[in-house]
Amino acid sequence: MAEFTLPANSKIKPGTTHKAPAGAKRVRAFSIYRWNPDDGQNPHMDTYEIDLDACGPMVLDALIKIKNEVDSTLTFRRSCREGICGSCAMNIDGTNTLACLKPIDDVKGAVRINPLPHMPVVKDLVPDLTQAYAQLRSIEPWLQADTPAPPDAERRQSKEERAKLDGMWECILCFCCTTSCPSYWWNGDRYLGPAVLLAAYRWIADSRDEQTGARLDALQDPFKLYRCHTIMNCTQTCPKGLNPAEAIGKIKTLLVERAG
Amino acid sequence: MSQTSGPHLRVMRSQLGLVRGLGASKSGTEHWWMERLTSVALVPLTLWFVYATLHLSRLPRAAVAHWAGNPINAALLVALVLVTFRHLLLGLQVVIEDYVHVERTRTISLVVLRGVVGLVTLIGVLAALKLAFSA
Repeated sequence: MAEFTLPANSKIKPGTTHKAPAGAKRVRAFSIYRWNPDDGQNPHMDTYEIDLDACGPMVLDALIKIKNEVDSTLTFRRSCREGICGSCAMNIDGTNTLACLKPIDDVKGAVRINPLPHMPVVKDLVPDLTQAYAQLRSIEPWLQADTPAPPDAERRQSKEERAKLDGMWECILCFCCTTSCPSYWWNGDRYLGPAVLLAAYRWIADSRDEQTGARLDALQDPFKLYRCHTIMNCTQTCPKGLNPAEAIGKIKTLLVERAG
Repeated sequence: MSQTSGPHLRVMRSQLGLVRGLGASKSGTEHWWMERLTSVALVPLTLWFVYATLHLSRLPRAAVAHWAGNPINAALLVALVLVTFRHLLLGLQVVIEDYVHVERTRTISLVVLRGVVGLVTLIGVLAALKLAFSA
């Protein structure tokens, strides 16, 4: 059956509090999930009080400040700090998003930060995304065409054909959507999840690709595709404002069309 | 070979191998499409049935039987039973597939579900026909 409670060694305990420096005026608490694979302890929520007057505006700024000035053991992924690399995807204030795009002022009260839900945790805010990456690999996200490209030229698309890829090429594969999906939580070993299905549809919709049928074949499965029950968490949570649910709907429509 | 220390790894297959699994079963479209079609069909059928029941509730049994004896009403009644239970079967099958993860339990649950829903469908159809032919 689906697991509705955490196993004993995963139950989250209260942790330590790091007080704000004396004289700080705009203090905000950050309650952050901590887990270290090496110390044998349960995960716990540590609280860091930060003076917002001495901190950048985004949640990622606060995390970097904590790591630099308060607790260098805090572990998280980040790179571009402008919403294009997808590294700092995490659950902030109950919603999956990118820490670099989430203004601290958007959160009322203490800022609760957890790793992306329902993935194995490597350490602190770092989730293990190997399965999701393998799922992306499994849909072969690259152009497949038997017709050779014109010599010394690119494969051409009309403006209309190119427009079909809008809303999909922008996906940065942060997996906020996939890890927000209850269907993926319960059946992630077989269900591909919204991010990977969006990527699959990006190639199905590409006018230059000639393997559309084979791509649909590979998705036509009660688990790989049809575990999507249009819960819509994916579209709600996407930090890039994309609509994976719509892409999945279009795949389902194409399959009905194909069946006749 | 000497025993190596460290945790025992039960699964060493690659992630890609695990994710590809048994491949796509090339099914599910029919199931998904029937779910939609039955739910759309149930809107007028259910409204019609509620409307009819409100009118029939005050009438004696003979009048109800006479109403059900009308071929259109009889056909709609049987259609309502068939579509309702088809929709129920499709929906509950998804619930079981979602939440029952042990292969054995899942298969048994799905077989039992099909049996029970099939039987209840037959009872519904026979009851409607019996009423229709008793006029």
